[in-house]
Amino acid sequence: MGNGVNVDHVLADLSSATAHEELQELIERLRDAFGVDHMVYHWVDGAGDQYGFGTYSDAWVQRYLDRNYLRVDPVVSGCFQRFNPVDWKRLNWSSRAARAFLKDALEHGLGNQGYSIPIRGPAGQFALFTVNHNCGDDAWAEFTERHGRDLILMAHYFHGKAMEIRPGRSSAPPQPLSPREVDAMTLLALGYSRAQVAQTLSISEHTLRVYIESARFKLGALNTTHAIARALTQGLIVV
Amino acid sequence: MLRYIYADQLDNYPRLAGSMFRDRADQFRDRLGWAVQVDGNGHERDRYDDLNPLYVIWQRPDGRHGGSMRFLPTTGPVMVNDVFGDLTGGGPIVSPLIWECTRFCLSPGAGPNVAAALMLAGGEIMHGFGIRHLVGVFDARMIRIYRTIGATPELLGSQGEGRARVSVGLWAFSPLARMRVARRAGISTELSRLWFTRAFGLRPKEAA
Repeated sequence: MGNGVNVDHVLADLSSATAHEELQELIERLRDAFGVDHMVYHWVDGAGDQYGFGTYSDAWVQRYLDRNYLRVDPVVSGCFQRFNPVDWKRLNWSSRAARAFLKDALEHGLGNQGYSIPIRGPAGQFALFTVNHNCGDDAWAEFTERHGRDLILMAHYFHGKAMEIRPGRSSAPPQPLSPREVDAMTLLALGYSRAQVAQTLSISEHTLRVYIESARFKLGALNTTHAIARALTQGLIVV
Repeated sequence: MLRYIYADQLDNYPRLAGSMFRDRADQFRDRLGWAVQVDGNGHERDRYDDLNPLYVIWQRPDGRHGGSMRFLPTTGPVMVNDVFGDLTGGGPIVSPLIWECTRFCLSPGAGPNVAAALMLAGGEIMHGFGIRHLVGVFDARMIRIYRTIGATPELLGSQGEGRARVSVGLWAFSPLARMRVARRAGISTELSRLWFTRAFGLRPKEAA
């Protein structure tokens, strides 16, 4: 699980995706890259409208809707209005309805472990990006510890693209790199080390790391090499 | 003890929440002279309090506020980008792995141990949620207090003069810093981790 994860191609294709069907295909590829049972994107708005894509079976998605599980799903209630990632074990599954829901979910092929990343929208909307797998607690803790940050970034990248594609939704325009972020990425692209970049810009390496982190997110990348490549391709930096 | 409370959970802690917002009025309006809004209850609140932020609050044995700070992810509206954009590299800092930490507040008479406890909580959040950086808005007094516990924030820039001087800076948490800050706080790292874990749900053993 999670060995040899190489998601750069998925990310590159995600950035150029223009249709819902592509998101479905990309999340399947991402699921395979991470070697887990399921990955799902689930969007809910203030009025209870839902939208999503992912690798749960059609039967489970239909059952979720038919049974109106949105109202009893501890993952939804536990993540609503939050912005911290949530391990399903931390949620409250003690009610009878929640236990019945979990049993039904497992019978429909969901794994016993889950990690959900909530994303808040501007007007009561929220989205969940969930990774689900069947394994022991220790293996799961190791997986989330190792890949948690990448999953948080992926969650936001899928969310951004989903909002962009979904009809009738106005998406926020992509964030431009700040002048400092352009400086940092340009010098890195020129082959400077982080220490040299920091020295050249008269900032600390700690501060530099913040600019790189922010630039990486704006560029839809998981690592700095990928971020530099994206910045060059998009003409945001010139070397 | 350290409490981690989202704004929509504050109603469960009326005494704690009320004393936090009153202590904020005392610190930011009365002592620092900032142009903050204080409502009819004597509570200092701003628009970021309406975005359901996460508060970390040191609760005293009598149930009242001893110190606190407020977290929001930089993917949404945050003070460092809205108010201090020119201090952060000429544009917004945005990442779900970078959270903003604002409204550091200590109740009158709270010592450096409370500041150290809050810092310990910041470390729990970074570790527990995979956060890489905390960008903070600091007043000069808080910078002095953090300096006395050996945890000076790294400043990106400052605005204003005298008491009204406000700085944007970064907090760093290394395992070594965690031990040091825990000692200053007089709290074991195990207890700190337990408070964090319990705040965000059941312990694994209790879960279904």
